[in-house]
Amino acid sequence: MHYSILSILTQALRGQQGWTPAWREAEPQRHYDVVIVGGGGHGLATAHYLAKEHGITRVAVLEKGYIGSGNVGRNTTIIRSNYLLPENTPFYEWSLKLWEGLERDLNYNAMVSQRGVLNLFHSDSQRDAFARRGNTMRLAGVDAELLDRDAVRALVPRLDFDNARFPIQGGLLQRRGGTARHDAVAWGFARAADKRGVDIIQNCEVTGIRTTEGRVTGVETTRGFIGAGKVGLACAGNSSRVAAMAGLRLPIESHVLQAFVSEAVKPLVKGVVTFGAGHFYVSQSDKGGLVFGGDIDGYNSYAQRGNLPTIEDVAESAMALMPGLGRLRLLRHWGGLMDMSMDGSPIIDRTPVQGLFLNAGWCYGGFKATPASGWCFAWTIAKDEPHPLNAAFRLDRFATGHVIDEKGAGAQPNLH
Amino acid sequence: MRIPCPFCGERGVSEFSYRGDATLQRPDAGSENALAAFVDYVHLRDNPAGRHREFWQHTGGCRAWLVVVRDVRTHAIEQVSAARGLSQTVDVQMVEV
Ligand SMILES: Cc1cc2nc3c(=O)[nH]c(=O)nc-3n(C[C@H](O)[C@H](O)[C@H](O)COP(=O)(O)OP(=O)(O)OC[C@H]3O[C@@H](n4cnc5c(N)ncnc54)[C@H](O)[C@@H]3O)c2cc1C
Ligand SMILES: [Zn+2]
Repeated sequence: MHYSILSILTQALRGQQGWTPAWREAEPQRHYDVVIVGGGGHGLATAHYLAKEHGITRVAVLEKGYIGSGNVGRNTTIIRSNYLLPENTPFYEWSLKLWEGLERDLNYNAMVSQRGVLNLFHSDSQRDAFARRGNTMRLAGVDAELLDRDAVRALVPRLDFDNARFPIQGGLLQRRGGTARHDAVAWGFARAADKRGVDIIQNCEVTGIRTTEGRVTGVETTRGFIGAGKVGLACAGNSSRVAAMAGLRLPIESHVLQAFVSEAVKPLVKGVVTFGAGHFYVSQSDKGGLVFGGDIDGYNSYAQRGNLPTIEDVAESAMALMPGLGRLRLLRHWGGLMDMSMDGSPIIDRTPVQGLFLNAGWCYGGFKATPASGWCFAWTIAKDEPHPLNAAFRLDRFATGHVIDEKGAGAQPNLH
Repeated sequence: MRIPCPFCGERGVSEFSYRGDATLQRPDAGSENALAAFVDYVHLRDNPAGRHREFWQHTGGCRAWLVVVRDVRTHAIEQVSAARGLSQTVDVQMVEV
């Protein structure tokens, strides 16, 4: 069913009785051209672009839980392309361009909202670093504006500008950045892929990867063996476990990141604001809740829940930036599992196993990458080689020395 | 999460700094395949979903390096001991906590 003003009006007159499920409840077939493991944003986007861009429609997405139960439904929904390194800037900008046309492409309201992303700076050296990043972005055709203190105050008045330790000196603004409704992104990609013939199979956990003479032949699942010409892994947070089924050891540790939502209040924060002197970032959802988060907990975790010290750290940073936040009650808080890679950057590549492809290592920033990640992974799977946009996101870059370390932290996943 | 330091007793996790996987063996720099071995040592991890043997430093206390065995699915701590002298051996006798 095509969604439009007309369909809404027609359904209103029919008492909303005619809506059909957004995607089919597919039964696994015996064999597919491509099996995608992981029904998160990236897996679903990959299936959509495989079908749409490459005409490959005998595709299944296997998800161990339900669609959206992973990070795609747990993140703080920020999208942006304010990256510094030449391997990253064009990729994330392509993602933002895809976001800009996504709702028309999917015929689904993903609530993409370009309300701006503002990174605050609090010292002269930080201003220099942000000016450099802004210039790099502009050279790559990405929008960036360096704001002084007054311009920041005009945009977001309710910050503590005169904090004795961290006075706000200004900020780097990307107006085209913003937020998107995370669940709707998963549902929109699922529906669009399903429409082109992709089978979305929920409650189907992959438990083994079958290979013959170094070539993948299919996957063992809780719903039986499913044959495949090619297999793409998009299992954010669980990549090491799934790749180990094919004998691979990855440059990845699993860590937990927490997020928080306050009770709803009237409009308070315009766009996304990040604190430059502590681990804190905040935006406001359309319902009015303040959505915020901070740093990862910092040690290996598959617990999908975090610990109190990080909550305290986020709360302290929040109070340093926006003291008024202390008057709000917290409504919910949760954690998600992320693949923290050794250089803080992702992997979209072939693997040493023929026909097995890997999409992993998204750290805490993979939501914004969802469209471009799916687009590039689909290309890589369809053509057996990476697209120039993901050519640097190689699995072997740690051996060749071509690491992509935005933070310059080294092989320390908990510091990226 | 609380970690029982063998020297200071049980303390909140915010007193400790995480120092990563303690099962890794530093390769012999003189060996034939040293380069490849170091690439693996620096970058590749088992990253198991279960018992994990890892280094913590009691930075907000006695500053000792510890080897902790923790279930990363539950944060339950099974064993803790001083890292000194046992970091390079896999089958070490550890203090049950
Ligand atoms: C609290 C939090 C806040 C974040 N905030 C942001 C943000 O503001 N902006 C941003 O860009 N990024 C953010 N991120 C990161 C972003 O959410 C992730 O990088 C991204 O969602 C990962 O890709 P995905 O959507 O495909 O992952 P997921 O949705 O996690 O998909 C992976 C799927 O694989 C499935 N799976 C795993 N193992 C198997 C198996 N054996 N068989 C079958 N299925 C399996 C899982 O069940 C899961 O559904 C945040 C993450 C967290 C946790
Ligand atoms: Zn101690």
